[in-house]
Amino acid sequence: MSTRAAIVERAQALYDDLSLGSVRAWCAEGVGRKAAGYLPVYVPREVIHATGMLPVGIHGGGDRLEIIRGDAYFQSYICHLPRSLVELLHTGRLDALSAMIFPSTCDVIRNLSGMWKLLRPDLYVRYCDVPQATERSTGGAFWRRELETLYADLAEVAGVAPDLAALNRSNAVYNEVRRTIRALYAARSDAPWRIPTEELYLLLRAGEVLPPEDFLTMAGDYLRATALDTARPKDRVRVVVVGAFCEQPPLGLIKTIERAGCYIVDDDFLLGNRLLTSDVPFGDDPLTALSDTFLHHAMASSILYEHAPDGKKKLLARRVADARADGVIFAAPSFCDPALLDRPMLLAGAEAAKIPCMAFQYSENTGQFQQYREQAGSFSDSIKLWGGHP
Amino acid sequence: MTTTAPAAVSADRAPKDRSMQLQKDMIAEHYRRLEAAPETHEPVVYTFVPGNLTELVRAFGALPLLPEINALQSGMRGMSRKYIAEAEKAGHSEDVCTYVKCDLGMLKSGNIGPTGTRLPKPDLLLLSYTGCYTFMKWFELLREEYDCPAVFLHVPYQGDGKVAPEHRKYVVDQIREKIIPALEQVTGRKLDEARLSELLGYSRAAEDDLVAVLQSAKHHPSPIDSWFGAVYYVGPIFSSFRGTPEGAAYYRALREEVEERVARDEGPMTPSGRLDEQKYRIVAEGPPNWTSFHDFWRMFSEEGAVCVASTYTKVGGTYDFGFRHDPSDPIGTLADYCAGCYTNLNLPQRVEMLADYVRNYEADGFLVHSVKSCNSFSAGQLLILREVEKRTGVPGAFIESDLVDPRYFSAANIKNRLESYFQMLAARRGAGGSLPLGVVAGGAL
Ligand code: SF4
Ligand code: SF4
Repeated sequence: MSTRAAIVERAQALYDDLSLGSVRAWCAEGVGRKAAGYLPVYVPREVIHATGMLPVGIHGGGDRLEIIRGDAYFQSYICHLPRSLVELLHTGRLDALSAMIFPSTCDVIRNLSGMWKLLRPDLYVRYCDVPQATERSTGGAFWRRELETLYADLAEVAGVAPDLAALNRSNAVYNEVRRTIRALYAARSDAPWRIPTEELYLLLRAGEVLPPEDFLTMAGDYLRATALDTARPKDRVRVVVVGAFCEQPPLGLIKTIERAGCYIVDDDFLLGNRLLTSDVPFGDDPLTALSDTFLHHAMASSILYEHAPDGKKKLLARRVADARADGVIFAAPSFCDPALLDRPMLLAGAEAAKIPCMAFQYSENTGQFQQYREQAGSFSDSIKLWGGHP
Repeated sequence: MTTTAPAAVSADRAPKDRSMQLQKDMIAEHYRRLEAAPETHEPVVYTFVPGNLTELVRAFGALPLLPEINALQSGMRGMSRKYIAEAEKAGHSEDVCTYVKCDLGMLKSGNIGPTGTRLPKPDLLLLSYTGCYTFMKWFELLREEYDCPAVFLHVPYQGDGKVAPEHRKYVVDQIREKIIPALEQVTGRKLDEARLSELLGYSRAAEDDLVAVLQSAKHHPSPIDSWFGAVYYVGPIFSSFRGTPEGAAYYRALREEVEERVARDEGPMTPSGRLDEQKYRIVAEGPPNWTSFHDFWRMFSEEGAVCVASTYTKVGGTYDFGFRHDPSDPIGTLADYCAGCYTNLNLPQRVEMLADYVRNYEADGFLVHSVKSCNSFSAGQLLILREVEKRTGVPGAFIESDLVDPRYFSAANIKNRLESYFQMLAARRGAGGSLPLGVVAGGAL
């Protein structure tokens, strides 16, 4: 088996393992090792990592989990992700986690943090409210203090003393992770026929459960292997997929979009792993450095207030231009407030810039892809024939 | 999410208490000033109910206008279906909060407000981001429609069930560094802190009286309905009239009225008449439905059920748990207020609040009304139901509809569900309280 095939196979196995076997194995390998889970979109993984705990991204059960108890906790008009999270919790699949962090993504995840407190009173549970004010004196001071509290609490869970050097080291590791992810995205955008999104996605999912150092090795090997790929471009259009930053689409849906004639050249999947677009500088105060980087270099996304009045209007045009894309697919989870409330603003901006757009909704356990195949296929055809304006 | 007494509807369909006339006059005068604002140049500030900074806005001589209230009143006036359809036609998803769509649809249809007059454009969009994610998007959407500045106040959520000092400081600093300068800019005035303190004094007086009104429901029979009826009572204080002499006068009148009812052992007026014979005392979680408000209320009053406490009437402030605006710390008190609104509380706090209500108001049951629109309320309510049952031993019921989208109010289903619930409460009472919990909620978690 080639190196590349072996990497993809390993990533697929990690993706399929909803019981977090690799996390359990990692914890078992050393005395006192612990893991902390986090939900999408953005949690400062550096802070978890600096305590020696393993940061673990929890992204629901996808289409690989039968929901038996989870549905009893949520009304039909709430998205699917929290049901599968509760199912994972009740079936013991998250037992390897000593802490859970719930970021301020939306009111569902926010309320879920309280549910977790009620359901698992033994666990460290924290709601992590990222700053929406961007001034250093307000948002910066707030976020710096939040990071400090989070770090102190997690250090206590981990049984270690807070350590500035460790924080600097973790900042550096995640700088490297983000650089690598950006390199992967750039490589895919340059030659999407060499890096199918299903593979890139699996690799990034592996990065959600592996120690970042292991992910760096894996991703580096993968990049080197794909550089040798001699595949030829196919007659497909280039699209940016947005809206799928929280509840993840099933892998089958990602494959379907590409096979229907669209190369995905930029996307929102697992956005938290690259939300910061700049390195966190090394220094005497690593938490302030992390906080400042968030304030000034967080990607525009639905989880953050858009302070610039024309920000929403311009966002997709900019992303499309950066990715040299032909169009936008707005793929949002059903009942997802952040994505669906943003949709009219984002699409209006794209359409004003004459960018071909299409939109659909999915859920993480969507099993039938025919409808998406047809939609993505016609979208691709229309762009090829008429530049997206049939 | 919020509430106020609907001006047009209240006069002819809802109970006619003396205080209601006062409220009606206040609202009419407010909308008259709003309509005239383009000529009088009174600045208009759009803002939300939870975490609103009404006293501050008023201290600058500006008029608050609350889009949530426009939405709910459109619901009560039977306009929301059309407005929502308008917004969906323009690309808004079926799956999101109908308040937003109703407001945007109203805007697209000429922006005619609850009293039939045209609403003015905002001079400032003051986004107090408290307790609801949708607020953020709602004002981003409104900003696309208006050529005016927007200013943003981030109020941290009480994830750990308390307001940490640094969270309070964050809010205070934003008010000082961003909100006040923005108000100064649009009104051309400097903040007069003494004036602000004076207005906060009116708030405090009104809050004392409101709490006395809400707590009167501990009496048997309850002189008020603390969900449907209290929607009218909290209207002024949750919206434009906190920190005004008229607001304070309204609450004094209301309190006197309610105290008279207590002295006479009278129940509240309801759509079925005065409810003196109260068979079931109910605590309610969640907002009511606005499109069939009176029919919904009647489903309770006809069965002799009175709501003795509700969480919805705390979305604009949890005064009955002790908070009062403090004129001696005018900015700090605004921060405390913002952080304490109901939807800014975490789930364990909400469970505790409901359990307290069930115990302290000697409730026979509690009802969760889950609305499709609102994740801020709805996500987690099934667990809340279970936890409150566990802590109080009182059975809960769970029903679903929506705030202003009439497509989701299924009267027959809801009525059936409520009737079975009340029957179960009666049977339970007959059996000495020994029937199992969760009979109506359906299924165990
Ligand atoms: S899918 Fe959307 S609504 Fe659901 S938890 Fe994620 S962000 Fe919230
Ligand atoms: S989501 Fe709920 S709280 Fe937020 S605006 Fe809509 S109804 Fe109000």
